[in-house]
Amino acid sequence: MAEALDLKAIGTRPVRPDGIDKVTGRAAFGADLHLPNMLHGMVLRSPHAHARIKRVDLTRARAAEGVLAAVSGADFPGGAGAGDLAKNVIARDKVLYHGHAVAAVAAKTLLQAEAALDLIEVDYEVLDPVMSLDEAMADGATLVNESQHTNGDTSKPASNIAATQRFERGDLEAGFAEADIVVETEHRVPMAHQGYIEPHACTATANEDGKATVWCCTQGHFDVRSLTAQVLGEKVGNIKVIPSEIGGGFGGKTTIYLEPLAVRMSQMTGRPVKMTMSREDVFRATGPTSGTWCRAKIGAKKDGTFTAASAWLAYEAGAFPGAPIGPGCMSVLAPYEVPNLVIEGNDVLVNKPKVCAYRAPGAPQSMHAMESAIDELARQLDMDPIDLRLKNSAAEGTVAPYGPRFPAIGLRECLEAAKVHPNYTAPVPEGAGRGVAVGFWFNIGMQSSAEVRIAEDGAVTVMEGSPDIGGSRASMALMAAETLGVPYEQVKAHVGDTESTGFCNVTGGSRTTFATGMAVVQACEDIIAQCKQRAALTWDLDEEQVDWVDGEAVPKPGVNADVKPLSLADIARGAGRTGGPLLGRASLNAQGAGASFSCNFTDTIVDTETGKVDVLSFTAVQDAGRAIHPSYVEGQMQGGAVQGIGWALNEEYIYDDNGVMENAGFLDYRVPVASDMPMIDTEIIEVPNPFHPYGVRGVGETPIVAPLAAVSNAVRDQLGFRIPDLPLSPPRVLEAIDEQGGGD
Amino acid sequence: MSKQHVSTTINGDGIEFLCEPHQSLLEVLRDELGLTGTKEGCATGDCGACSVMIDGRLVCSCLMLGVEAEGVQVTTIEGIAGADGLHVIQQKYLEHAALQCGICTPGFIVATKALLEKNPDPDETTIRYWLAGNLCRCTGYDKIVRAVQDAAQSLAYEA
Repeated sequence: MAEALDLKAIGTRPVRPDGIDKVTGRAAFGADLHLPNMLHGMVLRSPHAHARIKRVDLTRARAAEGVLAAVSGADFPGGAGAGDLAKNVIARDKVLYHGHAVAAVAAKTLLQAEAALDLIEVDYEVLDPVMSLDEAMADGATLVNESQHTNGDTSKPASNIAATQRFERGDLEAGFAEADIVVETEHRVPMAHQGYIEPHACTATANEDGKATVWCCTQGHFDVRSLTAQVLGEKVGNIKVIPSEIGGGFGGKTTIYLEPLAVRMSQMTGRPVKMTMSREDVFRATGPTSGTWCRAKIGAKKDGTFTAASAWLAYEAGAFPGAPIGPGCMSVLAPYEVPNLVIEGNDVLVNKPKVCAYRAPGAPQSMHAMESAIDELARQLDMDPIDLRLKNSAAEGTVAPYGPRFPAIGLRECLEAAKVHPNYTAPVPEGAGRGVAVGFWFNIGMQSSAEVRIAEDGAVTVMEGSPDIGGSRASMALMAAETLGVPYEQVKAHVGDTESTGFCNVTGGSRTTFATGMAVVQACEDIIAQCKQRAALTWDLDEEQVDWVDGEAVPKPGVNADVKPLSLADIARGAGRTGGPLLGRASLNAQGAGASFSCNFTDTIVDTETGKVDVLSFTAVQDAGRAIHPSYVEGQMQGGAVQGIGWALNEEYIYDDNGVMENAGFLDYRVPVASDMPMIDTEIIEVPNPFHPYGVRGVGETPIVAPLAAVSNAVRDQLGFRIPDLPLSPPRVLEAIDEQGGGD
Repeated sequence: MSKQHVSTTINGDGIEFLCEPHQSLLEVLRDELGLTGTKEGCATGDCGACSVMIDGRLVCSCLMLGVEAEGVQVTTIEGIAGADGLHVIQQKYLEHAALQCGICTPGFIVATKALLEKNPDPDETTIRYWLAGNLCRCTGYDKIVRAVQDAAQSLAYEA
């Protein structure tokens, strides 16, 4: 059992391997590369939310001073399967959102590039933009894509509903009939952005031999390689991607935008091309996550036992299909035993940017709806909201609404810990409200590789391919130190480029510490096996007679050998005599990513004069399986909580009637700042994941799921009525208070 | 318009550079002088990633022109650590895990230094309001505030 492990490195809080570079300004991020002879690329973006492109003429731009290349959609015939991705990178026949890339130029200076954009001639036939779910789903709606049929069914008319999803169990109507109380709520949550502080940036260098190197900030350079190759119609082997340090992503840097443009213009000019986005570009053309319209319905007996529940979810996909309805549907009722249920999801096209993953994509919105309904249910039942959730809590053996049976999970442990937490047993501050909600994310495994190399003095180098977005090098080094039995300081962890390390899927899905960590552990076990073999050779013993204990090869108990233990350094120093350098490897497709549950509660106070909501305290309890570096686990919990609070209280895409985002900057798209927040209290629960050698569950995404409903429920608690939609920004709260006839 | 000649002091070194009149100090630092530790998050003065000190005062370098650096003392993230190692503030950010992705960290460290030079014993509220011009999307600010509190205590102890 993982519980019984005697851990030495895991669970400690050392300084991360890349720490010094990041506090001294030495760490090189996406925009930090400067190459000799480099050109600057810029993108011309659509001034319309929806229009047909009649003509793009680059002639004048190409002739402009300093300009060496200009491209439009016609320059990207694309490889097989590039499809929507290629059309999002650069528009072809239609522009589908304000800010959609239409053309690009590369010039000797940024100023020349900017001036050349004005010389590009584009004729548009402007079309009506489809800007809301209601409009998009209405009969006779303007179509974002005239050849889009729901679920590809061409026997039905074209529709903005690109896809649907449905989970069903039992008999819904019978379940509701059995209930003593049924609660139904309806919620709208607007589009929000990941808000990473580093804008997208890349620099591409195409060589005369047809090979290109791309330096960029990404959550997955192997994906950048394959996606860029697709859009360019190139062979994957012709593209090398070097991941820079990454200044935040939260899912938003799991795709490509600039990379094919930079490579193509470098191919055309024979010079490196650097492209960076402005903050405005980032808001208008990258990210965001779906705005949603959700209905939740739940029924229970008088004792609180859930009898039935349903959820109807509509998610904005933006300009191309791909809203996270799958995860939204999977998450909405995952924390509970519900005998009868129906969950429906709709992936809906609108003339807004193509959505990208954002931390537990889809779950915060759907669970905001259901956790709000459950809060109302607790009020009507006069039950403590944690007790109601405990009564219906999923546990080991529960069949999740999306199919699988949960192995060991930590939801009950989280709820029980929250119930006795001093912040929960303390009275609600005078005039304030308290809200509770549960969060969930299933987590993913996928493919990872790792190599472990031992230097002649025993120094350990871990090389893997998962970009370090929040301290994962420290986790890898800790797991390697633990497995090998050496001090953390003896281990360095590195993220290699696509040519210097094995394939790894994106840093996303909370998979890195779980899956890449598992590869690192297995690569270390490979080293241990080799060390035992080398020691056996040295001592003239059989391999089976050698053990690895605390970083040393020793004869097994009972083996008669008068020898001194051999450390990693001893074996590495003599490696030339025993078979050559020590190199451990592992690659895997990790199975068994354990789901991570959370319980969050918060005390908030609404200023009924201004409508402003202040967060007085926030407590996050979450199952991490095993916290490898507890500080970075807490950091995920705290960061996710504050992103969730920002979404609950302020963040939203605001559009004018023409489909132009009105708040494309950090001044008007207001993410939380330090003075908005209290300390975020955390409690890590450890119910080990049976499928990871040290019990790890992904922890990165679950933290953003519960805060939306926790904050909503706290505001409800104080005001005495529910404001169903988000954000709970001062204008919305004030309007709701006024409608209720004052703040009494 | 031709490039302008500017004489300034950056992290204690006398520096001369040529820049376009429209170039911000941030662009000059990053693109002309190779001091890429100072980051661009917005170029509109909203995120604080480009924080530097000008004659000891905290400034967003994206809101200042390069030519305005004439005759002033500029401190960037590259000038915080000394020959004897990391500054206490940098050490405390590391010990408290007060960074995740690290893109906002240079700006926060410069802002923290400016705060502690002005107010060596700030309370939590003061720290939070002082750092309200620096956006961090990863940490939720908790560990940053604790790192600043600890750094203030250490500096007071050293003094």
